[in-house]
Amino acid sequence: MGSSIITKGAIDCDIHPSVPNIEALLPYFSDHWRDTISQRGVHDLQTIAYPKNAPLTARPDWRPKLGMPAADANVISTQALDTFQTSIAICNCLYGVQLLMSEDLAAAFASAVNDWMVAELLNKDPRLRASIVIPTQNSEMAVAEIERVASDPRFVSILMLVMDEKPLGRRSYWPIYAAAQRHNMPICVHAGSAYKHPVTSVGWPSYYAEDYASQAPAFHNMVSSFICEGVFSEYPDLKVVLAESGFSWLPAHLWRLTKFWRGLRAEIPWVDRTPTEIARDHIRLTLQPVDAPPTSEQLERLMDHMGSDEMIIFSTDYPHWQFDGVDVIPEGISGELARKIMVDNPKNTYPRLQ
Amino acid sequence: MTKYVVAAANEILPGQRKLVNVRGRPILIFNLDGDYFGILDRCPHQGASLCKGQLVGLVESDRPGQYNFTRSNEIIRCAWHGWEFDIRTGKSRCEPEKIKATQYNIDTKTGSEVIEEAYEAETFDVAIEDNYVVVHL
Amino acid sequence: MNIQVMDRVTTGQKINLAIADCDIHPTPKSVPVEIYPYLSKRWQDYMETYGIIYRQGFPTGPAFPKGQPNAARRDAYPPGGGKPGSDLDFMRSQHLDPNNVQLGILNPLSCGQGVQNLDFSAAYCNAVNHWQIVEWTSKESRLKASLMVPYEDPLASVKEIDLWGGDNNFAQILLLSRTAEPLGQRKYWPIFEAACRANLPVAVHAFGYGGAPVTGGGWPSFYIEEMVGHAENTQSLLTSMVFEGVFERFPTLKLILVEAGFAWLPALSWRLDKLWNRMRAEIPHVTRPPSELIRQHVWLTTQPMEEPEPREHLLDTIEWIGWEKLLFATDYPHWDFDEPSRALPIRIGKEQKEAFFLKNALELYNLN
Repeated sequence: MGSSIITKGAIDCDIHPSVPNIEALLPYFSDHWRDTISQRGVHDLQTIAYPKNAPLTARPDWRPKLGMPAADANVISTQALDTFQTSIAICNCLYGVQLLMSEDLAAAFASAVNDWMVAELLNKDPRLRASIVIPTQNSEMAVAEIERVASDPRFVSILMLVMDEKPLGRRSYWPIYAAAQRHNMPICVHAGSAYKHPVTSVGWPSYYAEDYASQAPAFHNMVSSFICEGVFSEYPDLKVVLAESGFSWLPAHLWRLTKFWRGLRAEIPWVDRTPTEIARDHIRLTLQPVDAPPTSEQLERLMDHMGSDEMIIFSTDYPHWQFDGVDVIPEGISGELARKIMVDNPKNTYPRLQ
Repeated sequence: MTKYVVAAANEILPGQRKLVNVRGRPILIFNLDGDYFGILDRCPHQGASLCKGQLVGLVESDRPGQYNFTRSNEIIRCAWHGWEFDIRTGKSRCEPEKIKATQYNIDTKTGSEVIEEAYEAETFDVAIEDNYVVVHL
Repeated sequence: MNIQVMDRVTTGQKINLAIADCDIHPTPKSVPVEIYPYLSKRWQDYMETYGIIYRQGFPTGPAFPKGQPNAARRDAYPPGGGKPGSDLDFMRSQHLDPNNVQLGILNPLSCGQGVQNLDFSAAYCNAVNHWQIVEWTSKESRLKASLMVPYEDPLASVKEIDLWGGDNNFAQILLLSRTAEPLGQRKYWPIFEAACRANLPVAVHAFGYGGAPVTGGGWPSFYIEEMVGHAENTQSLLTSMVFEGVFERFPTLKLILVEAGFAWLPALSWRLDKLWNRMRAEIPHVTRPPSELIRQHVWLTTQPMEEPEPREHLLDTIEWIGWEKLLFATDYPHWDFDEPSRALPIRIGKEQKEAFFLKNALELYNLN
């Protein structure tokens, strides 16, 4: 059950347009890559992170009879924006660019996806914004892609997957974070994997449900990595959005990380205040999915454990099936907090929305 | 405030420490380059004896990847969870304004001062020409 | 702010609450002296020639250097020499007596588990089982041993369980948490079946050598990340056990998660319940909500206990988990030791306190 809070005017920080198929991208490749795709039969980059017909991948009322959900601007405008009367929605396109083994191919795909989003989404509904898709395989190439499109103010953040080749705090990724800070964009770390490693630290699971469950521990690890590596010491203006991460796990993780930090801080002396404080200043989490406790009273307790009303930012996770109807804000979140979640917090997270 | 003579100054040489007991309080006395400092021998976290910890330096950083090592042996690192405390201030390294080891005022007095001012010194034979470590409690 | 500063000083000896310590780490004084007597000549020779090879690059140290040498309290080195946890008399005088430990569960680490050569792993685990009885439990009745099994070879593990089943020196079967495959997978089921047959709980202790990067996104840089990550690793193995249907297949199985903290459990249960609701068609063998299965089958040792500010937040968490599900542990002699009188500085009721520190363990291990 959701609360009766009206979401009119909210900023939706996580929706997922689908690339309808690889043919839709062809106009946005150079001749070489267009030819390669055709000559080598490069397949569509849908990933096992969201199996096409799995229940979570698209809510029944948002699932088309044919083709991919959320695959064109009209559908997105109606289903994602009009339904919730949101003012702005940020497109995080989960096409499997990060999974590719060749960094050159990945760079070509990233550019194609970004140009496709501009032409097919951003130009068609002024309420839409997007995160820049980058080839995380190579930070220099990633920065080049950021520089190529950052002049378009409708790109408001930079997309990465929570499980890449290395933990995201590692220094090899820092040129990306320098570019993000330079262009006033947060890094949006979304659930998903480049599948370069097993999705759990004990190997590959059997079921999709486990793959999806394992996203949460991956986010724990990633928060540790960003903080311990000192990304926020080096880039003090940077914010990191955890998208489709859930948030109810965060307090317990920060308790544990902060406890160990008190005794191990000499290993990472640039972390000169508690990880909890650093997280409150730099980490933001999208609302959906809410891995909520059984009662609204418990959710209120949990929000108290969060220790901040500035960390959660509104999202529907459209078209993923996280809730039914318009019950996007769970009971247990007060009207005042909901207002911050829907408008103030997103604006403070994405400077380009101000 | 009562003053207790707890050691002859030359018993605790620079770089050394001594655990003393004053009115039931275990107090750890350090000599850093001739200056004496005293802290309660209990970590404020879970109560471990700080005396059993290691003396380490101060590790700070200007930016990730840089390690500035100074003040060798001026920090005591708890034997259990590794919390570090600045011997000069009692302040923890992790959260200096919030987490502190209990500190005591320590100074040194000459034997004649000790005798004239009648400090508590039950266990000492005080010689006029020597110096003594005094705890204010 | 709730950093409890301990400035009161006790002069007299206080009487400490009786406790169970469900995670104590004994270690051999010397492997040739204490372990070789139970290893055949073949495996003694093998060890002398090749050493112990795990799924990690360094044969003599961890991949991430620890916070303290041997991951040990600096004050836990026996005065007579040897590694922390190698001297029973010193363990008595430093820990068992002053902390009023009525029941101590021994969890030997780096003692044959996760070794690449499966036959050697089996032989070493068997030797360590003998060693625990001869050197520890036969000399100290407060201590109980863990039945060591070479878990990457489930059939050899079953043999070891059947060999010792019914021997009341052993309180539980011990596995390490970083397995080669997620622990719920069918490969490991014979171990759970044998555990139920022997009526022993299965304890899974943090650490091990599964070979996979310690995060789903690769290897981190720092020990603190690896250390904190044991909680995530344990969440993954528990997720596997729930969604593979282990608890439905083995309805009498009792699982103890050791040294991974506990505050993460409520959020994980909520997430698994939500996913189970959404994806029941994929996992029809899971017929009850994960939170129910966990509440029925899973216990957790408390150390290293999370330290929220204010500490009272932990009361919510414990309530959500259930006061009856937590087993106090110190991790003696390791550096992240939780001191019984200081680890939970929150006012709680007498009944809860007794359950938390002692009775839950006595009940779980059938030692009432």
